[in-house]
Amino acid sequence: MPIKVRVPTPLRRFTGGVDEVVADGDSIKNVIEDLERRHPGIRERLLDDSGELRRFVNVYLNGDDIRFLNQLNSKVKDGDDISIVPAIAGGR
Amino acid sequence: MSYVTSLKCRECGQDYPISPLHVCETCFGPLEVQYDYAKIRAAVSRQAIERRPHNLWRYRELLPVEGEPEIGPCSGFTPLVRCERLGAELGIKKLYVKDDTVNHPTLSYKDRVVSVAISKAREFGFTTVSCASTGNLATAVAAHAARAGLNCVIFMPESVETGKIVGSTIYGARVITIRGNYDDVNRLCSEIADKYGWAFVNINLRPYYTEGAKTFGFEVAEQLGWRLPDHIVMPTAGGTILPKVAKGFKEFREVGLIRDGEFKIHCAQAAGSAPVVHALHKGTDLITPVKPDTIAKSIAIGNPADGFYVLRAVRESGGWGDVATDPEIIDAIKLLASTEGIFAEPAGGTTLAVAIKLIQQKRIKPDETVVVAITGNGYKTVEAVAQAIEQPCVIEARLKEFDALYERLGGSRRPLAGAA
Repeated sequence: MPIKVRVPTPLRRFTGGVDEVVADGDSIKNVIEDLERRHPGIRERLLDDSGELRRFVNVYLNGDDIRFLNQLNSKVKDGDDISIVPAIAGGR
Repeated sequence: MSYVTSLKCRECGQDYPISPLHVCETCFGPLEVQYDYAKIRAAVSRQAIERRPHNLWRYRELLPVEGEPEIGPCSGFTPLVRCERLGAELGIKKLYVKDDTVNHPTLSYKDRVVSVAISKAREFGFTTVSCASTGNLATAVAAHAARAGLNCVIFMPESVETGKIVGSTIYGARVITIRGNYDDVNRLCSEIADKYGWAFVNINLRPYYTEGAKTFGFEVAEQLGWRLPDHIVMPTAGGTILPKVAKGFKEFREVGLIRDGEFKIHCAQAAGSAPVVHALHKGTDLITPVKPDTIAKSIAIGNPADGFYVLRAVRESGGWGDVATDPEIIDAIKLLASTEGIFAEPAGGTTLAVAIKLIQQKRIKPDETVVVAITGNGYKTVEAVAQAIEQPCVIEARLKEFDALYERLGGSRRPLAGAA
């Protein structure tokens, strides 16, 4: 079973307007690499020059912020659910 | 007529037209409203503002709305209270509380930001407004939406105080509570906003919403006699209000409403939810999110969207920040109530407790002008202090019983309210 990735509006130009795509990989980092192969251009929107997650991007694995897990090295398995969400929101 | 020119990404500088858009498509940075300050400078004056009604729209040139404002006609222009008794207690001569506990109609600073956001929702033609909230925002959105005749859907964590659920539902809003904390609610709402096209005031209308927070600072400056305070202590949760108050002060200088003057802006967080203060004390820009655990639910945000901008505004001004534990928060709520007759929510207790620490650390000096920002009302969060206050004395309706009580309480030497 592939991994589902929900894509926010600013990234949908890379996915042909689709809001949910599939990808493979055993870690968040590898899933992002696979996303890049399938949807070229998407990686540099997610990662900065040093390969770290950009400040204003949050990634959730099965609902948990990966910064509370093992960051980009968080383990991913088939059937997992990944969500990419812009960080800018909120205010109680 | 509006003086707004565009939306601009705060990170990469890309311009966008005025629209319900909050995130840069290139770098995910936050978008901010841009104004033509030269034109505003020519259009505003202290005298013109002073003649206007006492609401937040008296600063309309510096707010991003078109046409005559209709939302929030009684919101804003809350009292700036000179605190003689509290000041004496703390050894500060010119101490003020900016008192948004009495903001109209829902008793928190959120009536400001929501007035602007809902004005914008109407302009953009939305029929449903919504928000992710820990409570204060929920009640503000629900009330302003009701008056504007818009549908309203509110998302809150399951754990918020009953008063905030009742206080939203009563206005006709649909309330959905989420099993999770605020950050979970926020993430879900970001996804819903994306999918359903509703006007989430603190998500897709965020650039406009946050501008409303400047009015807190505008009012402080006007009410001090068109002057800036030496210090202002602000609560920090998601990071909306602090940078916007700093921006408001700078805009007043920029458009000539005040002369040059320096201010230090300080950040207050609850010890159980203090990612921004941790980063400030560590001297880093990197904010590590936390799982909040504090009685100050209205500022229990572990993953602050604008935390970075709080750090920047605090550091730029030469300010500082600190945290308050739950017992310190409760003590400060009681101190403010018993010296000044102002009942703040735990966020206000946090702010005062941190102000006290800054005074003790000598970062704030006795002869300087200090403003403590109280952004929400304690009547909405009685649960937070109910167990920490004295319980009432219960007696039968017989004078003899009162006589006995009077003796026990030390007679006239001590007021009954201070009894054991």
